[in-house]
Amino acid sequence: MSAVEDVVTEAPAVEAVPKRAMTLGLGTSLVVLAALVIAPIFVKNFIIFQMTMLLIYGLAVLALNILTGGSGQFSLGQSAFYAVGAYTSAILMEHANMNYALTLPIAGIVCFAFGYLFGKPALRLSGVYLALATFALATAMPQLLKLGFFEHWTGGVQGLVVTKPDAPFGLKMSQDMWLYYFTLVISIGIYIASINLLRSRSGRAFMAIRDNEIAASAMGVNVALYKTLAFGVSAGITGVAGGLGAIAVQFVAPDGYTILLAISLFLGMVVGGVGWLPGSLVGSAFIIFVPNIAEGISKGLSGAVFGVLLFLVIFLVPHGARQVAMVAQQLLGKMIKK
Amino acid sequence: MTQAQLAQGNAPLLAVRDVSVVFGGIIALNGVSFDMHKGAILGLIGPNGAGKTTLFNCLSRLYQPSSGDILMEGVSILTRPPHRIAEIGIGRTFQNVALFPNLSVMDNVRVGTHARTSSDIISDSLKLAWVRRGEADVNKKVHEILAYLDLEDVAHTVVSGLPFGTQKRVELARALAADPKILLLDEPAGGLNHEEVYVLGDLIRRIRDERHMTVLLVEHHMGLVMSIADHVVALNFGRKLAEGTPAQVQADPDVIKAYLGSKDQ
Repeated sequence: MSAVEDVVTEAPAVEAVPKRAMTLGLGTSLVVLAALVIAPIFVKNFIIFQMTMLLIYGLAVLALNILTGGSGQFSLGQSAFYAVGAYTSAILMEHANMNYALTLPIAGIVCFAFGYLFGKPALRLSGVYLALATFALATAMPQLLKLGFFEHWTGGVQGLVVTKPDAPFGLKMSQDMWLYYFTLVISIGIYIASINLLRSRSGRAFMAIRDNEIAASAMGVNVALYKTLAFGVSAGITGVAGGLGAIAVQFVAPDGYTILLAISLFLGMVVGGVGWLPGSLVGSAFIIFVPNIAEGISKGLSGAVFGVLLFLVIFLVPHGARQVAMVAQQLLGKMIKK
Repeated sequence: MTQAQLAQGNAPLLAVRDVSVVFGGIIALNGVSFDMHKGAILGLIGPNGAGKTTLFNCLSRLYQPSSGDILMEGVSILTRPPHRIAEIGIGRTFQNVALFPNLSVMDNVRVGTHARTSSDIISDSLKLAWVRRGEADVNKKVHEILAYLDLEDVAHTVVSGLPFGTQKRVELARALAADPKILLLDEPAGGLNHEEVYVLGDLIRRIRDERHMTVLLVEHHMGLVMSIADHVVALNFGRKLAEGTPAQVQADPDVIKAYLGSKDQ
């Protein structure tokens, strides 16, 4: 075993961040989980709301990570899937009086189907062309939601107001805190399922396609099927995130789901580390908090400050949070050896 | 099994029948036919541009022949899409190594078992009991193959960092993981040094004998082909030039002319 480790450490710098390392160790995972469980008890409701959004965007970034980091397909259209999920939940809750928790699997299934179908024509495209096609989807979505034809259901430009659920079973807990723990449980479930998926036969097929389509096909991998499945899975998870987002924000409107959201999610993926699932949470934190920090530094130039901060991150740690984690792990390892 | 027995024995495992491939106006293959018999090592030789790789790509369904047929155990393979070739027992390696560079050696070989296993994304996500059992079987098999090809030390290393010769062995391991009946090897000796080529020759023979496979070897390295092949097919300009035992093909005046040029030129 030590021989293998020697080979790994002696490999060139690029190899220091192998793509196969997709997850955190068990110990680190438990520490992060404990922090996520305990933190809300000590903070105000607004912070709890922000933490809920952190998890929700984390899920959306994770979904993009499965698509891009896993199967190697770009998407700038995740905001469209997020919007469809949000509207599915909102419409079912407000027009059909359905329980909020039940709307989420439906949002996931609707978005899976949407993503799978979108993936079919997108099969002919790859790289930057695929990015452009998904970009078109993201640009079209807000306008589609405003169409008069759907207005009875979608509320048109006005959008829909969603009622925030109370804590069940008579639990003495604020609505925000209940929703946070509800979101946390769903996020953990999806996170574990995603890791299982990427480490399975299907996940290996995704990554084989990412690395070499012709070889994957020669090994019996149905490239078209797995590429569309990756789109479906990614859209499905994004749809669940969108549904949770609608419940947390208590409001859906077309202009909440513009291309800016898709770009933010893309940014979150890069900052977290492409293909590294735990990085999704870090990427999500970046897209939620760094704009606020930038505004705190300079109100008038917040965009410029954000740009500089982003540039610094990309310049200093091009592999994102994963790189930071790997370096930290190596340093810790050295300290323990001494 | 002697050559005569092979020839007289039962129907061929793989039959190439009058296959032609035309790209635009260029005839890459022109009515090539030959048989592969179970347990044989068939060498496919020819100068650059002779159509060896084109034929190879027809067998793995990357190219569609313009005419002719390819039969595996009597059934045409030409209606199958490329990803359904592995499941009928045709495995291959690539001329310039086509591994999955960001995956570990083990994961590369695991992908090789794809055609022999089944799963769906929901069972995989939930890691259901039958998925876990399937993975355990896959891992057992992958470890067996890694041990067979002496790759256990690098099992968890990412492939892109390995030396070329090792990568070639990983590719062979990946092909073996699908339990192919026919192993198509596209220039396995390319980029290897003298000594490595002879080790490779022994290995190919061992694989044929111990794992009961039939091998189609496309190779530039004459020494390797002549020392291990039972039967040799020589191509030039898309046509079959000669066929027979290594000695017969080596002595064939057309083959000598194709490789060395004729006096008239």
